[in-house]
Amino acid sequence: MNQFWWVIYPYVALVVMIAGSLYRYAHNPMSWGSRSSELLEKSWLKWGSLLFHWGILLVIIGHVMGLLVPLSFYRAMGISSAFYHESADILGGITGLMTWTGVLILLGRRLSNIRVRRNSSLSDMLVLILLFIVVTTGDYLTIVRNNVVGPYEYRSTVGPWLRGLLVFHPNQALMVNVPLLFKIHIILAFLVFAVSPFTRLVHIWSLPLAYFRRTPIQYRDREQYRYKKISM
Amino acid sequence: MRIKAQIAMVMNLDKCIGCHTCSVTCKNTWTNRPGTEYVWFNNVETRPGPGYPQEWENQERYRGGWSLVKGKLTLRSGGPGAKLAHIFYNPDLPSIDDYYEPWTYDYQALVDSPRRKHQPVARAHSLVTGEVMEKPIWGPNWDDDLAGGPEIAPRDPNLPALFQQVAFEYEQAFMMYLPRICNHCLNPACVAACPSGAMYKREEDGIVLVDQDACRGWRFCVSACPYKKVYFNWNTHKAEKCNFCYPRIEAGLPTVCSETCVGRIRYLGPILYDADKVKDAASVSGLTDVYEAQLDIFLNPGDPDIIQEARKQGIPESWIEGAKKSPVYKMAIEWKIALPLHPEYRTLPMVWYVPPLSPMMNHLANEYAMDADSYLTAVDSMRIPVEYLASILAAGDTAPVRRSLLRLTALRVAKREKNVGYGSEPLASSRLFQEAGLTLDQLEEMARLLAVAKHQERFVVPTGNRNPDENLEYQQGACGLEELAPPEGLKKPQPARSVKR
Repeated sequence: MNQFWWVIYPYVALVVMIAGSLYRYAHNPMSWGSRSSELLEKSWLKWGSLLFHWGILLVIIGHVMGLLVPLSFYRAMGISSAFYHESADILGGITGLMTWTGVLILLGRRLSNIRVRRNSSLSDMLVLILLFIVVTTGDYLTIVRNNVVGPYEYRSTVGPWLRGLLVFHPNQALMVNVPLLFKIHIILAFLVFAVSPFTRLVHIWSLPLAYFRRTPIQYRDREQYRYKKISM
Repeated sequence: MRIKAQIAMVMNLDKCIGCHTCSVTCKNTWTNRPGTEYVWFNNVETRPGPGYPQEWENQERYRGGWSLVKGKLTLRSGGPGAKLAHIFYNPDLPSIDDYYEPWTYDYQALVDSPRRKHQPVARAHSLVTGEVMEKPIWGPNWDDDLAGGPEIAPRDPNLPALFQQVAFEYEQAFMMYLPRICNHCLNPACVAACPSGAMYKREEDGIVLVDQDACRGWRFCVSACPYKKVYFNWNTHKAEKCNFCYPRIEAGLPTVCSETCVGRIRYLGPILYDADKVKDAASVSGLTDVYEAQLDIFLNPGDPDIIQEARKQGIPESWIEGAKKSPVYKMAIEWKIALPLHPEYRTLPMVWYVPPLSPMMNHLANEYAMDADSYLTAVDSMRIPVEYLASILAAGDTAPVRRSLLRLTALRVAKREKNVGYGSEPLASSRLFQEAGLTLDQLEEMARLLAVAKHQERFVVPTGNRNPDENLEYQQGACGLEELAPPEGLKKPQPARSVKR
């Protein structure tokens, strides 16, 4: 069972994410995008979207710092465990709550605003619900568990496991004694990765950084357009 | 000099009767699909009025178009950095209520109703939610023909505050129609605002299009277009816009709106321009100078040097011929009777408008006894204030609008002179003629183009240039399947990408 959840399942999820995204990009580029509903409802979206997106970007940075940066690095920098957990508690708590409030607003808006609800696909709903659960478990771990039960040193278990996973040396043994809620949080997060190619989440990969480099006015001729289509 | 050709349009507002045929035929052709019910690539607004979407000219609110920041041409809503910062929520985006919530009627209820005492009613159903709409509060052309009068019309962003009380007294009220499509600008703000690079201007004919495969639905084009002529399809979640009926244009046919216009107010024709000058023209410091700067970009198709250079740069012969006969070139550049819509947005629009003469006949009590010069006072006291027209067509500068109106009036007097004779002095020796500044021959040519021009004269549309494929042998008999099943023994042709224009 451990092998399934901590070796097979994460790889399957990542493969589905990558292969699924490539497939969709190549075969249905017309469907690729952010599926914005701002035209239909603006006032709730403003708070929901801004809190969620900026929140989750900060949360991602937090996860990189907690999971991808090894414990030895913090030790070498002279950052004590207590100080680390204290900071993670405060910063993670703030950004986590930002994200949670955002996703809650977005979910509420999607369910209660009739214009948005009627024009939502099943995947739009599922993605928000899934994100809501993932963010809720994450916030619970950061804000509640951290202060009630005490900090859990994931930097010596989950962190090494994830880094192993990314360099194709997964060590399932590291995950065996991780508290259950952490496990659920991780499994659901990988579920988000796995379903992402079939939802609006693909817009993450379209962050338009090339915009900074291009000339403002674009010209295309019909030949160019045609060959672009063929080579795609 | 980098010569490009653009297919452009002129609308003669003097002849628009506000029948909406252009809008309806356009809608039936392009936007009768889910997600685009609220979208009108072509719409006709009654002015003064808030327009569609409401108050689209209010750039304080929507922040569309370009502005100069320390002398540098910048999108009013900010460059790439600002766009990325607002990518999660675009504060400038209109909501669907700024257009209107589209609806249809429950017609089946009329058919299915059992016999009863009262007539059955077809209720309005929202096309966005499907719910019954008890009371639609805004719709397409809600303020048609000044409906709503003094309550709605003053929301026109072109009306200065003090103007309002006077203008809507019944006796002084004025009205005009403004048909609008995408202006296929030389300096399109929508194209510059697209983070994905999905929008582009076609090399061949200047038509501005959205690549639906590349559009990611970031929506900055919608807010960046100062004319609000890029729309968001809430069903496909992609941007859509007037495509100048490019499949028709490529085949040498006029756009649907032009073809079906019952007043024959629309003209189409190619214009040659120097693409190297576009940025400088859009960057001139004074708002009222943009119009003149735009005129300077265009190239005279009668100049042999220009023609030689155009040939050298690969402009097809049919387009050069078209440019020579172009009615748009004559009206916009030669006679300067057609003006661009809101040149102060610095987009260099390519749909031009001949300002309306505020029904002359009603205005002039005893025209049969009038001298040519008496028309001068008529021009300066038109029912539609020249300041109002100038605010729409000339960045507030009344001079180009007055010139255009004088020329149209001189045309009228010239034709009257021919048909019913003149009073004390002929037009040619009058001040009106002098101020109008056109020759009698030009007025005669103008009269033909504005009043009697036939289909071919109004629409000069060269067919799209199809560059032959390098290797026709390869495609022969392949039925478009050459990618899957290449003909044996033939080498796949390499795309001609290196051709620089």
